[in-house]
Amino acid sequence: MSTVAAHSVAEPSQLAKTIGGMLVATYAIIAILPLLWIFLTSFKTPTDSISYPPKIISESSVEGYVNLFTTRTRQTPEFLASLPPPQTWYERLVRSRNMVIAGPSKVVPRFINSIVIGFGSTFLAVCLGTIAAYAFSRFRVPLADDLLFFILSTRMMPPIAVAIPIYLMFRNLGLTDTKLGMILLYTAVNVSLAVWLLKGFIDEIPREYEEAAMVDGYSRLQAFFKVVLPQAITGIAATAIFCLIFAWNEYAFAVLLTSGDAQTMPPFIPFIIGEGGQDWPAVAAATTLFFLPILLFTVLLRRHLLRGITFGAVRK
Amino acid sequence: MADISLVDVSKRFGTMDAVRDLSLSVADGEFVVLLGPTGAGKTTTLRLIAGLERPDHGSVVIRGRDVTRQMPAERDVAFVFQQYSLYPHLTVYDNLAFPLRSPARRMNEAFIRRRVQNVAELLHIGQKLANRATALSGGEMQRVAIGRALVREPAVYLMDEPLSSLDAKLRAELRLELKRIQRELGTTILYVTHDQIEAMTMADRIGVLSDGVLIQLGTPREIYERPKSAYVASRLGTPPINLMPAELLASQSPPAQARTVGLRTEHIRILSADRPGPRARVHWVEHLGDQNHVHLKLDAHPLVTLADPAQELKAGDEVSLEFLEPLYFDQSGDRIVTDRART
Repeated sequence: MSTVAAHSVAEPSQLAKTIGGMLVATYAIIAILPLLWIFLTSFKTPTDSISYPPKIISESSVEGYVNLFTTRTRQTPEFLASLPPPQTWYERLVRSRNMVIAGPSKVVPRFINSIVIGFGSTFLAVCLGTIAAYAFSRFRVPLADDLLFFILSTRMMPPIAVAIPIYLMFRNLGLTDTKLGMILLYTAVNVSLAVWLLKGFIDEIPREYEEAAMVDGYSRLQAFFKVVLPQAITGIAATAIFCLIFAWNEYAFAVLLTSGDAQTMPPFIPFIIGEGGQDWPAVAAATTLFFLPILLFTVLLRRHLLRGITFGAVRK
Repeated sequence: MADISLVDVSKRFGTMDAVRDLSLSVADGEFVVLLGPTGAGKTTTLRLIAGLERPDHGSVVIRGRDVTRQMPAERDVAFVFQQYSLYPHLTVYDNLAFPLRSPARRMNEAFIRRRVQNVAELLHIGQKLANRATALSGGEMQRVAIGRALVREPAVYLMDEPLSSLDAKLRAELRLELKRIQRELGTTILYVTHDQIEAMTMADRIGVLSDGVLIQLGTPREIYERPKSAYVASRLGTPPINLMPAELLASQSPPAQARTVGLRTEHIRILSADRPGPRARVHWVEHLGDQNHVHLKLDAHPLVTLADPAQELKAGDEVSLEFLEPLYFDQSGDRIVTDRART
């Protein structure tokens, strides 16, 4: 067989595989390098982080992380000498820079905001999207094509074009700087994507599955939960990742509509300011923590994601 | 088990009549096969009975109860689909148990296990119960699909070309098995196919459909020997019946209204050229081993029939034909009743 396979039309040749592998590896390096740089920077000292030429390997330090999680004040050496000796390693680190810890920073509540708003809006968008997509896929919805186009058209303009109307709307409804407001906004943006993606997935699930269940004694709703949902799980996972990535990274609306209670990570990170300029290790530390959940989520669901993206392109 | 009937049922999809004024009764324990080409309305008929479609008018009666407005789950029918009906996320066992676990039934698990075991034995898939449904061969999948209907004891089994996706050998095997099971359990089955062999071998009665209309309903013999029309006659027989202008057989003195004559292979005898009778030329011979398909030209009209391989025919041979009591059809295609066919 192996001698035949070497000339097979379907099977790529060894050379093609090698070239393909090299291309993928090159792309992977280009894509991963900035992330790696951010990760390395987060463990540098502030001086090393801005040194020129840049240091790839530097003295490692967790100062960036300490600075990210705390607010600090500079004190005179006399005052510092009068204090009792530092209790913890991070107090010692801060003290060595002639500062004392004034309290925790806002990174934890901001991170929680990002989690709540990101996952909340993703959950809502996927739920609504699944139900709507099922209806479009299975029932004779009047004006279905027009409705689907309308849903898609909400994504055709740049989001910033509606920023002012949304800002005014939110202010009048008292939704400015609330998590609920941000969840609703991101859900509204994501639901169109979710409907379109999920409709494709649900269209691929043969009706016969539900019909068999319905004949076998299940109502349509029961058949939906017992048969359609398990089949659609791949599509739902893929859709959830796309929705989450959008909500997680969204910057423009977050800057405009949140300032305190509901502020998410993207508008928070650029404003991590150290003494005499940007505290780059702290910014890098925040960025590292910020991309970890998405990385984790994507790695966990990668099998579904991969199948999800090719789904619909290939006929069984 | 129980009887079902359709009374004057019609169903349109857009501008197309899928089923027109169809009335059909299936008696308790009867095996009825609906035969017809694609688009004749066979599947729609099944779906109307199952409640997957609602008729535009007419009614569906199961066990003497009008179920026209009821949901599929309330109708007590089982449906075997042509394909796709196994749930890929479940094991074979769970697939078979699925109908019994429905909210409409809620059997206890011990009973379900017994029932599933029995059906699995019956269909020779006992070893596969723990497998994923997707890890089965086509034949096994179809058995499970049939099994999923058999675990229940519904009023009627509706089967939509359940064997069409299988290879010929397996189809023949399952055909016999299905008929055996139906006899043993005395089940009522309404079965849809376009395969005339399935229809002939399994049916107690065959219904021939065309464009949503039930043309003829009768036993396989009736349908074969006394077809109501040229259309029905052309549904059965291999090679298919030869339909030719009646004047070609003037020597046979066909009935006065006859426009078309239908010649099945058993109506034609091929004699050597020195015998009297209409002359034909052998155009082509297909050797099938136990028999030969002989393509003849009678004047300009092609004619296909069977011949014994012992009768050594080859392309170009001139032969004489004898016609034995063929079927005659009038202008509208209806069969003209002759003496032979009346008996």
